[in-house]
Amino acid sequence: MSVQSPISSVNDFVVRFANVNGSGSASANELFARSILRHGVPVSPRNIFPSNIQGLPTWYEVRVTEDGHLGARGAVDMMVAMNPQTWDKDVASIEPGGYLFYDSTKPMPTSKFREDITVIGVPLTAITNSTYTDPRQRQLFKNIIYLGALCALLDLDPKLVEQLIGEQYKGKEKLLSSNVHALHLGRDWALQNLKCPIGLRVKKSDKVGDRIFIEGNSAAALGAVYGGATVCAWYPITPSSSVAEAFTSHCKKYRHDPETGKAKYAIVQGEDELASIGIVIGASWNGARAFTATSGPGISLMTEFIGLSYFAEIPAVIMNIQRAGPSTGMPTRTQQCDVIACAYASHGDTKHVLLFPEDPAEAFEFAAAAFDLAERLQTTIFLMLDLDIGMNHRLCRPLKWDDAKQYDRGKVMTAEMLEEGRDFGRYLDVDGDGIPYRTYPGTHPTKGSYFTRGTSRDRYARYSEEGAVYADNMQRLVRKFETAQDMVPRPLQANAAKPTKYGVLYFGSTSPAMDEAIGILEARGHQLDRMRIRAFPFHSSVASFIADHDFVYVVEQNRDAQLRQLIVNENGIDPVRLVPILHYDGTPITARFIANAIGDHQDHLKVTPLRKAVT
Amino acid sequence: MTYIAKPKFHHPGLKKNELGYTHRDYEGKISTLCAGCGHDSITASIIEACYELSIEPHRVAKISGIGCSSKTPDYFLGNSHGFNSVHGRMPSVLTGANLANRDLIYLGVSGDGDSASIGFGQFAHSIRRAVNMTYIVENNGVYGLTKGQFSATADRGSKSKKGVTNTDNAIDLVAIALQLGATFVARSFSGDKTQLVPLIAAAIRHKGASFIDVISPCIAFNNHAGSTKSFDYVREHNDAVNRLDVLVGRDPISVDYAPGTVQVVEQHDGSRLALRKLDADYDPHDRLGAMTFLQRHAAKGQIVTGLLYVDPEAEDLHTHLDTVETPLNTLDEQALCPGSAVLDKINASLR
Repeated sequence: MSVQSPISSVNDFVVRFANVNGSGSASANELFARSILRHGVPVSPRNIFPSNIQGLPTWYEVRVTEDGHLGARGAVDMMVAMNPQTWDKDVASIEPGGYLFYDSTKPMPTSKFREDITVIGVPLTAITNSTYTDPRQRQLFKNIIYLGALCALLDLDPKLVEQLIGEQYKGKEKLLSSNVHALHLGRDWALQNLKCPIGLRVKKSDKVGDRIFIEGNSAAALGAVYGGATVCAWYPITPSSSVAEAFTSHCKKYRHDPETGKAKYAIVQGEDELASIGIVIGASWNGARAFTATSGPGISLMTEFIGLSYFAEIPAVIMNIQRAGPSTGMPTRTQQCDVIACAYASHGDTKHVLLFPEDPAEAFEFAAAAFDLAERLQTTIFLMLDLDIGMNHRLCRPLKWDDAKQYDRGKVMTAEMLEEGRDFGRYLDVDGDGIPYRTYPGTHPTKGSYFTRGTSRDRYARYSEEGAVYADNMQRLVRKFETAQDMVPRPLQANAAKPTKYGVLYFGSTSPAMDEAIGILEARGHQLDRMRIRAFPFHSSVASFIADHDFVYVVEQNRDAQLRQLIVNENGIDPVRLVPILHYDGTPITARFIANAIGDHQDHLKVTPLRKAVT
Repeated sequence: MTYIAKPKFHHPGLKKNELGYTHRDYEGKISTLCAGCGHDSITASIIEACYELSIEPHRVAKISGIGCSSKTPDYFLGNSHGFNSVHGRMPSVLTGANLANRDLIYLGVSGDGDSASIGFGQFAHSIRRAVNMTYIVENNGVYGLTKGQFSATADRGSKSKKGVTNTDNAIDLVAIALQLGATFVARSFSGDKTQLVPLIAAAIRHKGASFIDVISPCIAFNNHAGSTKSFDYVREHNDAVNRLDVLVGRDPISVDYAPGTVQVVEQHDGSRLALRKLDADYDPHDRLGAMTFLQRHAAKGQIVTGLLYVDPEAEDLHTHLDTVETPLNTLDEQALCPGSAVLDKINASLR
């Protein structure tokens, strides 16, 4: 067997922590990621966790990336193996030349290790037990002790870690000093007993800039606060629950009347998703900005109401934090698998607006914009996040708000307008954009009231089953959807350095992996123009982009190429010209996967034609 | 009958209420229900109650689910916004509407299929949450629009028009409402307007979850011998525990009651309910007692009607959520958006 030299890399490697969930490791691991950020080096962490509270395996992966590649990379350079249950698999997953960090208190047979990796044993349990007696303390401080050892091994500046601990336990001196003590216990042991640092190192840099580190769900919830949402109704479901929880905590900070202390919001945990969307529809009908957050199974339950929102034209904002389906699927794994379910939710002919943010910064912007769009278009707006964006901390540009911005409350006829004698037909297209006026309940004693219903009705909201009246309304709804095309965020296009016949379409959380893949593909000699779709209905530039290229790859994280289906269906594109690149095992898509899949396809295209080879 | 336009003129001498509105101002479109339907009598009682209370008609939001009963909001308060929503989902839509604007009056109209079958959960949870509303179930024990199937309030042993006997146990929505903490619970009969009108008026004035189960015979599918929701059956088995008068504002309490038979309940909003006791043992402030009374009489085949329970000091969902007095739907950017300076601080805390 050839001797594998240890991996040597500065500011570009992946560390994976294998833990047992419920062991308190999450905060220590997050501290690790944040402390690298404080070195000015970008990181991209990901939680890989089971649908369980205590006792099952959980992983936390930190990609250290000076170049700022925030997508998942795949493969592990260093494994911090703290879970005996998954030991064999964890050890096997280390790259040749990589590192294994483990608790060496109990001796392990050599058969449990690999020869092509560097094994680093630290007697964590022994150090912990000789210092602490309380079992809970032992558990928690063990995590900080391994963090201390990693500090020494990866050459982290302990001052920066201490500073972070200081911020975390501000005002809790006792906790602060005991955590710092545990950190040094681990660090000192490693410095005295091990060769520090190892081949993987963190070196101070300046690549983080003014970027912030935030979870997409929290950013989306903040967007709802800034966007003026006052009613939130929700039902707990992974991975969306933290949206409503974050909205609650943001509101507690920013939405109480300074004089009376009273709440300028109402949050209701519904009995199910039906009630949640019902509350949203009722509140929006009555002129409040309302939203719900859910995931796949919740969308399935909400579809009848979504059809009502479409047909009776009532604003609603639904944040869908996608997870792997169908059915219960993999509740804690990521996918982009509800594109079709949301685009065409409900029985009958319906179409809905979808927004696809790429990261927390866009989740914030699009969440706020969703309320303007919902009220302007008087229909449901879906904010399509996924677990990868929603439940992981992501480095992104700072959140921005223009104080001059006013909410677009849409076409609302006021008592004054009614007094002036304006003709009010609830479903009357006065401006030719397919969008009618509405009135809020209680507006005027004698004018402007109407009866909202899910049944067919005429332009003045009078019940009708006349075919022509029904068709007239359905056609207007199509016109309205065409109007939406120019209101939703436009696709962003980036062209290759050299002219190319090939393009790629992608959306949402695929973004960082796609950007990185472009670099890999260029190095392999493949030039690709790329377009990131940010909303449905598709802007006309999507069809022109496809027309401008011989083949367009459509990269997505689902089995059935749902975005591709939607493009084919809505734009009448020849499916042959759209090549699906599909990743759907529940892990976040990687640049390596995209580059390999596209690269292989490109290589096939370049095969010398048979006729030429013969002649 | 939708093709018949309802004439707008009315007798110049028509009586006006305190706000100057006539009875006609509280009416809606012409009903499309079957002639003689109990639901139309309830509609008439709602109109009467709103007229008597001098409510501004447009300050009421009428919300319903799906079914015959849920069509009725189109037939009263024509100047109010109405919402004929989704089958069984009136309670959630009403809850949302109420959260958006606490200043309107919320009238939820539902049926027994809507509230006891498909929407049983929403019925229960809206009551649990103490939404400030008047929730009326027009209860005929049958699915009228789909032509005569049993609903979940049909009594065990009762017969359908086709002669099928119901073998499932019945849900008594009044008993459930009491158990779930409704703070105003009543039962009445569509054919008894003198009892029903003041009950609706009192329920509207009540701050909290008011629930009224109104037995309302279905003339087409549930008014035959063997039905326990027919006009004849309900008249024979009706056991009224009290009669109600609602006194709003400065009205003196009428004195034409025999001493000791009138119980005055002052509600949170200052309105007073004068209860003429018909059953000397009945105490409308005793939730547990009401539940027992109800069950005991149900076992004897009697339908207890009247104001069964009231908590005059009730709280509602807005109290629990501690929301601002200003309706949420009127708050603007200044009130709702924390602004860029706060956002800069948030950004700084995330580095």
